[in-house]
Amino acid sequence: MNTRYSEMADKAWRSFVIYLPYVWLLLFFLTPFLIVFKISFSDPVIAQPPFTPLFDWARSGLSAVYITFDNFLFLFEDDLYWLSYLKSVRVAAFSTLCCLLIGYPMAYAITRADTTARNILLLLVILPFWTSFLLRVYAWMGMLSTHGLINKGLLWMGFIDEPMKLLYTDFAVYLGIVYTYLPFMILPLYAALQKLDLSIHEAASDLGATPFRVFIDITLPMSATGIIAGCLLVFIPAIGEYVIPTLLGGSDSLMIGRQLFNEFFENRDWPVASAVATILLFILVIPIMLFQRYQITAGTNVNE
Amino acid sequence: MRQRSTFLFTTLAFGYAFLYLPIVILMVYSFNDSRIQSVWNGFSLRWYASLLDNAQVIDAALLSLQIALISATIATVLGTLAGLSMTHMGRFKGRLLFTGLIAAPLIMPEVITGLSLLLVFVSTEQLIGWPESRGTMTIIIAHITFSMAFVAVIVQSRLSTVDKSLEEAAMDLGGRPYRVAIDVTLPLIAPAMVAGWLLAFTLSLDDLVIASFVSGPGANTLPMVIFSKVKLGVAPDINALATLIITVIGIGVVIAGFVMQRRERARITEYQATR
Repeated sequence: MNTRYSEMADKAWRSFVIYLPYVWLLLFFLTPFLIVFKISFSDPVIAQPPFTPLFDWARSGLSAVYITFDNFLFLFEDDLYWLSYLKSVRVAAFSTLCCLLIGYPMAYAITRADTTARNILLLLVILPFWTSFLLRVYAWMGMLSTHGLINKGLLWMGFIDEPMKLLYTDFAVYLGIVYTYLPFMILPLYAALQKLDLSIHEAASDLGATPFRVFIDITLPMSATGIIAGCLLVFIPAIGEYVIPTLLGGSDSLMIGRQLFNEFFENRDWPVASAVATILLFILVIPIMLFQRYQITAGTNVNE
Repeated sequence: MRQRSTFLFTTLAFGYAFLYLPIVILMVYSFNDSRIQSVWNGFSLRWYASLLDNAQVIDAALLSLQIALISATIATVLGTLAGLSMTHMGRFKGRLLFTGLIAAPLIMPEVITGLSLLLVFVSTEQLIGWPESRGTMTIIIAHITFSMAFVAVIVQSRLSTVDKSLEEAAMDLGGRPYRVAIDVTLPLIAPAMVAGWLLAFTLSLDDLVIASFVSGPGANTLPMVIFSKVKLGVAPDINALATLIITVIGIGVVIAGFVMQRRERARITEYQATR
């Protein structure tokens, strides 16, 4: 009797641990995507909420399903959206490359510092991750403005004769993205580089390899997981970025996250906004799957 | 070798200057007496004083704190359970989907998460009449959903490093799984849970995009108020507010970092002493 009771308690505990977070994520993370997908196929109407129901529960149950491809056709016909998607991919890709080029030597340098310095340097990389993202983007508005510090410095040093327009340009958007996402690049790179066995480097050097060859043949391939993880962590969120292009970019900076936000809040066209989100998700499916695979393999490696 | 370390040192110097210079400049200018950012008119605390009179900012800050406290706490519970089921529960139905669901919120663009959560709230309102209105409640649910993923990752990485022999010993001595989890595992992962709670708290305080989607009339969080102001340009009182927020969080993170490092060191020496 007692063991049976305990067994039931064990089972209940197991279900509780697994299914409480599971059900939460199903309800509030998976279902929402299905709904977005569904609404992207319905007509906009002037009502609250502003779209026709795909399933008309009241009258016909599931028998009548209204599907329209108008929203997607609209996106295909209008150049604006194509250009926005292309530009977002381009901006995100180029910013990711910049983050990698700046982040790699930084991560490498941190692994070479002694223990105390390394802990402080790491804390300084993690700190911006905790401090407000919005405020850090905002900090650049002052730096880049016509009378901001950068223009003042360049004028003072005599590189330019009159202030340049820096704020509200594409340059500012790139700068903002690289600045914001740099810690996301450095941390996985550091984790990968820290595991490198230095004796392999020494062996290669002893056998006559130049430092450049050691880097290309040993360091780079052995830190590949860190490079992939870092690039995905920057590229995927950057592509849908809304705050940075809105605060730092010009009014013509057509990034898709901003387009979606405007479609939703200004035009109040929820079905088109949903269609924009659906296509964005399709673009991101491959990078997200890559990231998931990396996460899962990393997780199982740790478990073993 | 000497040449190389100079290169690394220069890299670090420029890298950290890039990360920190804009914030330092912002903080310095928050003490500027002038309304125009570019002209230094002398030291003044007037922008800090004007914050105290700004009821809109104070209300928004209180609302944000309330949302962050509640959502971080629930997210820590759910995230810890999720971390436990990933490391301690072996195989179960739908494990692969679960793994995917936990990792996805970490990288999903905020506009997509925000839009999809809003549509789910609108749909459930149509179907079952809940939630009756959007506001604090819906923001809390949204914040729990994305921040529990971060807690799960932190707890999971901690769980994979703790010594399993303690838990196994407790099981061998006849401890039931839930007792072992509460008496043995929980104290071991407590630091990770604290770190997870702090991260969930700051993520919630910081979120603009998702909150803008799922909020309703009247519920304006602090980032929403700040954003609507700075969209129009640099504002001196926002400089003061930013300085306050960044200073408080910065000091908190540095203290937490040192405390955890000390604890970790104590744990390692204790562990070595017992061997």
